[in-house]
Amino acid sequence: MREIRFSGYGGQGVIRCGLITGKALSLFDDKFATMNQSIGPEARGSACSSQVVVSEDRVLYPYITRPEILVAMSQDAYEKYEPELREDGILIIDTDLVRMRPARGKIKVFGIPSTRFAEEMGNRIFANLVMLGFFTAVTKVVTPEAMKKALPGLVPSRFLDLNIRAFEKGYTYGLEQLSQTNIGVAEEKSKTPATKPTPAKARKGKK
Amino acid sequence: MKKVKADPKGVLTGAHYLDGDFAIAEGGLAAGCRFFAGYPITPSTETAERFAERIPYVGGVFIQMEDEIASILALIGASWAGVKSMTVTSGPGFSLMMENIGLACMMEVPLVIANVQRGGPSTGLPTLTGQGDMMQVKWGSHGDYEIIALSPDSPQECFDLTIKAFNLSEMYRVPAFIMTDECVGHMHEKVVIPPAEEIEVVNRKMYEGPKDKYLPYKPDKDHVPFMVKAGDGYRFHTTGLTHDERGYPVINAECQDWCVRHLVDKIRKNAHKIIEYKEDGMDGAEIVVVSYGITSRVAVKAIQDARKAGIKVGSLRLITVWPFPEERIKELAKKIKAFVVPEINLGQIRREVERCAFGQAPAIGVPHCGGWVHNPDDILRAIKEAAK
Amino acid sequence: MKEEDRLEERNPMEEFLRMDRMPHIWCPGCGLGTVVASFAAALRKSQVDLNKVAIVSGIGCTGRVAGYVKLDSFHTTHGRPVPFATGLKLANPELKVVVFSGDGDIVGIGGNHFIHAARRNMDILVICVNNFNYAMTGGQVAATTPIQANLSTAPYGNFEYPFNLPYLADACGAIYVARWTSLHLRRVTKSIQEALAKKGFSFIEVITPCVTLYARRNRLGDGLNLLKYYYENSEIQHGADTRTLDIDFQGKIIVGKFIDKEKPTFFECMNTHLKKVLGDKYRPYYGE
Repeated sequence: MREIRFSGYGGQGVIRCGLITGKALSLFDDKFATMNQSIGPEARGSACSSQVVVSEDRVLYPYITRPEILVAMSQDAYEKYEPELREDGILIIDTDLVRMRPARGKIKVFGIPSTRFAEEMGNRIFANLVMLGFFTAVTKVVTPEAMKKALPGLVPSRFLDLNIRAFEKGYTYGLEQLSQTNIGVAEEKSKTPATKPTPAKARKGKK
Repeated sequence: MKKVKADPKGVLTGAHYLDGDFAIAEGGLAAGCRFFAGYPITPSTETAERFAERIPYVGGVFIQMEDEIASILALIGASWAGVKSMTVTSGPGFSLMMENIGLACMMEVPLVIANVQRGGPSTGLPTLTGQGDMMQVKWGSHGDYEIIALSPDSPQECFDLTIKAFNLSEMYRVPAFIMTDECVGHMHEKVVIPPAEEIEVVNRKMYEGPKDKYLPYKPDKDHVPFMVKAGDGYRFHTTGLTHDERGYPVINAECQDWCVRHLVDKIRKNAHKIIEYKEDGMDGAEIVVVSYGITSRVAVKAIQDARKAGIKVGSLRLITVWPFPEERIKELAKKIKAFVVPEINLGQIRREVERCAFGQAPAIGVPHCGGWVHNPDDILRAIKEAAK
Repeated sequence: MKEEDRLEERNPMEEFLRMDRMPHIWCPGCGLGTVVASFAAALRKSQVDLNKVAIVSGIGCTGRVAGYVKLDSFHTTHGRPVPFATGLKLANPELKVVVFSGDGDIVGIGGNHFIHAARRNMDILVICVNNFNYAMTGGQVAATTPIQANLSTAPYGNFEYPFNLPYLADACGAIYVARWTSLHLRRVTKSIQEALAKKGFSFIEVITPCVTLYARRNRLGDGLNLLKYYYENSEIQHGADTRTLDIDFQGKIIVGKFIDKEKPTFFECMNTHLKKVLGDKYRPYYGE
């Protein structure tokens, strides 16, 4: 069973990230996947997140307890959710939006300037798809084919091609990163002065 | 009662990735629901949104009413016009509907209400889960009556059980309820919608005799009276007052006895046909976990862990919470050591289990005030405790 | 001559009434009977198909109308006939749906439903029988009770501002608004006839005597005295500005037809709009 959290701020499409990944896994990769999102005031503006639980069998507990993959697309989200990441987990960040502290334990860190890439493609709204492509490449939780198949219905049909291009951009960048070492990213980031970490709020149900 | 294949117009055949709220709307459309009146309330609103979006392509009416009272009244009106109708709500809206859920029972009108439960009482936890309306659905309106309530544990069951709720509602001329919760309502998961010809849909039995001989409340052999619809020339009368077979008000104890017993008997005497539950590992079970909805899903994890620890645990998952499988609980109580009843309230169904067990076996609750689903470990602990 | 053949023994409105429910429960001198008679006369004159007329009532003295008329008739809960009628009408647009209920029902407990049905221009006719008090429960103050009038829950006289119903209906968007008293039998009939022919939210207020409670408590005499009061104090002003129609205790009652206009109904708006936006993909629910 694998637990994934996509996080960022409202409007970045992090819920969509969860939906696309969950749909890809459930409908095209022959896995069981539930997707839940944070609902309510916290979903509007500030840190918001979606959580995907992936399993070979039916998911019995639909919330994440100790995520092994965290995608953080904003500083707030990073501060809020990084502390719950497993010691041996994978952290994926938007390198332009998240200034991170030195990675804990054996956490593997992957970074991509997804928002900048999206802006270069013409619109930052594609940042989530760039990120999804990157996520797909570096985690291998889901196949890129399934992800692309999941897009129709979840992105506006007139932008389907652009979304696929954004996905591929992130995916290619991810493969490149994998072929090099990911330590570079972590070290480079650790040199920048880390912002003072805010204490992660105890979240209900979190174990 | 007429069993037919579903109208393909409303059936979105295929594999989808939907949340429970959406799946309820799709279940309704597949069952032939063509009228939806509702009022936005978290965490149920997505059902109304989905219906509003889909219905123009299917052919039907969506109307956002001024409140939940208006919503249920509009449903009763639409149902008397012969159209399958549904609404969706959550705690506060459900409370507002109560008086007229009684009217629907009294007038014997088929309709479906989904309650995506959240933490209560009052405004409580609008965005977080609960199962605190399980007794309200049964007893919330005044007087004696019976309803049917189903509890899905997944978006797939939200779809399947909404169809079942419509079928039971039409079969017994009674409001039927989908008692789900925020967790299932907002959980996305794979939902497979079969082809229309594989979906069986029940339509209410319509009276076809001479127009002046129609009696709207004369029970048939199965205790359920025949129905007609407004505009077909029967010029019938129906009322929320205690009434006779003609639907005319009769204000005395004799008629009250006949009228109320009929409303109750219609369901109680057919309960064996309505009740559905799923059992697992009952052979030699010492402990039986009785659960429903999302809690039954989380409980599976605890049951698996308990079995690993060598405890003989069976599972009784309620699909229909009301009518309650009284006989089965009675039977089990004689054989087992204890029931464990986890639920996201402080013991509503636990008490029902206790009542049915009649002192033969204790019913140990795993209470939870709401806001989150159980930690499976808490259920496991209760099972271990019960097995001691 | 057999008894049933004697003309005077037969009610001329038998066709419209559930004779097996007579006698009715209304008090001698009550105005409800005459309003029902006007309604029946309007149905006859309009030559509408009685099988396609549905009547919906709430609770109260007027709420019992649904039980006495021989139509598809629905006696619902207190304050709720309007949303019930909304569902009935939308699910079967072929029906002519008439809500027949009292002031307490329509604008007291059911006020919210009333204003929203008018706002949506729901195609129903609302006949509100206004007797200035809650009569079924024994004469309590209502949203329509004139200031000074004495009632059991206003034992020292009413000091609340009452509703001016035609103004309320007009402000909420009703396309037909009239007010009469039960003295104006033929006018009521004509108004109901006109309103039955209209599409949209129509509203007719009929002021009626409540002899047993309102009149007795305020020492206004019997039914005849009240009709005499209507006769002397009502003034027909068709097209009057609805803002000017307040009723003072035993004061002047301005009656007439105040609003008569055309406007697409909820159902028409829905169909037109969705057709425009969705084109051929739109599947209208009924007809077409």
